Amino acid sequence: MRKTLTAALTGLATILAAQSALAERVNVGLLLPFSGVYASLGNEIEAGFRLGLEHFSDDLGVEINIIREDTEVNPANGLARARKLVMQDGADVLVGIVSSGVLGAIRDFVHGAQVPLIVANAGNDEATGERCSPYITRLSFSNGQVNRPMGRWMAEQGVRRVYTLGADYAAGRQMVGGFTEAFVEAGGEIVGQGWTPFQQTQDFGPYLAQARASGAEALFVFYAGGEAISFVNQYDSFGMAEVMPLYGSGFLTSQLYVNAQGESANGVITSLHYVPTADNPENTAFVEAFQASIGRLPSEYGVQGYDSARALVEAIRTGATDRESLANALRQVSFEGPRGALSIDPATNNVIQPIFVYETVSGENGAMTQKVLATLPAEADPANGCVMPAPVTN
Amino acid sequence: MTPDLSFWTMQTLNALQLSMLLFLLSVGLTVIFGLMHFVNLAHGALYALGAYFAATLASHAGFWVALLLAPLGVAVVGMALYGGLIQRMRKSGPMAQVLVTFGLIFVLLDLTRIFWGDLALAITPPAILAGRVDILGVGYPAYRLFIIALGLGIFAALALILSRTQIGAMIRAGVDNDDMAACMGINVERLFFIVFCVGCGLAGLAGAVAAPLLSVTPGMGLEILIPTLIVIVIGGLGSLKGAIAGSLIYGFVQTFGAVLLPGVASILIYALLAAVLLLKPVGLFPAKG
Repeated sequence: MRKTLTAALTGLATILAAQSALAERVNVGLLLPFSGVYASLGNEIEAGFRLGLEHFSDDLGVEINIIREDTEVNPANGLARARKLVMQDGADVLVGIVSSGVLGAIRDFVHGAQVPLIVANAGNDEATGERCSPYITRLSFSNGQVNRPMGRWMAEQGVRRVYTLGADYAAGRQMVGGFTEAFVEAGGEIVGQGWTPFQQTQDFGPYLAQARASGAEALFVFYAGGEAISFVNQYDSFGMAEVMPLYGSGFLTSQLYVNAQGESANGVITSLHYVPTADNPENTAFVEAFQASIGRLPSEYGVQGYDSARALVEAIRTGATDRESLANALRQVSFEGPRGALSIDPATNNVIQPIFVYETVSGENGAMTQKVLATLPAEADPANGCVMPAPVTN
Repeated sequence: MTPDLSFWTMQTLNALQLSMLLFLLSVGLTVIFGLMHFVNLAHGALYALGAYFAATLASHAGFWVALLLAPLGVAVVGMALYGGLIQRMRKSGPMAQVLVTFGLIFVLLDLTRIFWGDLALAITPPAILAGRVDILGVGYPAYRLFIIALGLGIFAALALILSRTQIGAMIRAGVDNDDMAACMGINVERLFFIVFCVGCGLAGLAGAVAAPLLSVTPGMGLEILIPTLIVIVIGGLGSLKGAIAGSLIYGFVQTFGAVLLPGVASILIYALLAAVLLLKPVGLFPAKG
């Protein structure tokens, strides 16, 4: 009996010793939609994230273990998956979240459980505003951030009277709202606004006819995904380009689906936090690597995943490996990435980044490409009621 | 804002175009239901399949080939569904049928995702339909006029077949009383099979026609299902007249609602649906009065 016990103890000790000799390990819960309407976004973010880890985690000395879960773009399901990742799988950090609805649903859980969350897409303004949390760091964008600079830029270009159209849901209201606010402040006039029922509108004809009858100089819109493709195609088929040039939030002509719009998207001017044609060495390297591994050009979703991975690695490099220290370190990352110089605003935990104004034009072999018209300087979002303690300096 | 005549002309054409697209979808569903008392919720998924077939065929063989072959392809899928599933479900109650065809939606949705991926596809309309046609001073997209013409053409053809041909008489007899029709020597089972395949083919045609107008996404079948069901509930189950009336009502209410009452546009059609269900639960033009 005694012998067995000694043997068992020795065995146990050996295992423990072997484990401590192994590198430390960070469990990453990758929480993205892999099915449902945003599956293509989830897949693109994951591709970017894995590429980012591959590029930046050499000689890190810490093993990164990815556990992926599917939110199905369903808030209740997203919350259940987040709980599973944290409580059952022991995730040290969560990465992902495409839909603002899912982010809203898991916010209190993440905040209460004190688990760091890197938001790799969802842009609702409140997440880094009144509902901000020291555990939630956003590496993607906020809805207002992408569109406010466009309002000022269009006013500077001499556009005075604009009609707006948008998908009628929280993100649509915030995107168009951000633009409207800045445009009016800069002296522009909104002559009318139309809101189309979100994911129920297949035919934009009635709304386009109304925009046309408004007599506005230009049209500013927010649509994404399938709606963006239908909208741009229908805008073009009505010959609107001749009477009312199309501006919008850059998701309208995202690299992810601009080729499904084809020539219809030619001449559309939009603003976004990333374009694949951004001219800097980090982006050149990223685009090449993404193309080599995925076989197509990256979109903003890909770069959001890539930069999320980089932020995580930078945080780990400061010596952080547990939830508390990772959350603290993530709030202080800054680097030169494909989008330009990125940093995190300590007041809101939202990313601070330049915004590109770009025109979609025909490129080689009939593919559409982006011509950057202006790179607008990075600025921090207003705090919007966000109150939280400053991070502890590393 | 002063909308003039050309504005209203354009909106009327928009309403007609939406109506015709919905007509193509709802006529198959409603006749299948009228004849077989079978609710095929997967009808929307077959529409999506038609759009995907068309997208693939168009990139290899051009738009017109796609428009011809995609509905045939969907009809073949319909045949397989009928033989493998629908026929067995004929005797089970409506709840089981609804559940099975509802499940089928997700099976087909995931199959389209596996074969074609998550990224949206698009088709460019053929050059001859790419421009705009001048109607009462309005430059209206030729492709949308084509949809209106196609919808009216299919309506006329179906009306003719149903009222003037032998198979039309057989279908009408089957809808009216299938037991009696069988007693009179009509092969009702074969009739079911033909109607089911034609209905599926029409859903495929709607998908192929919609593809250049809308984007081709895995979720498009789910998005169109509810409007289609609203059309057949308003119009009345089982009748061609109901399908065209319901489609027109839906198209006009949706289009002019968006223009005149933008605040309540999204609920207007549901309010109308509720009103029809309260006042005339069988719909406006049911097959069996």
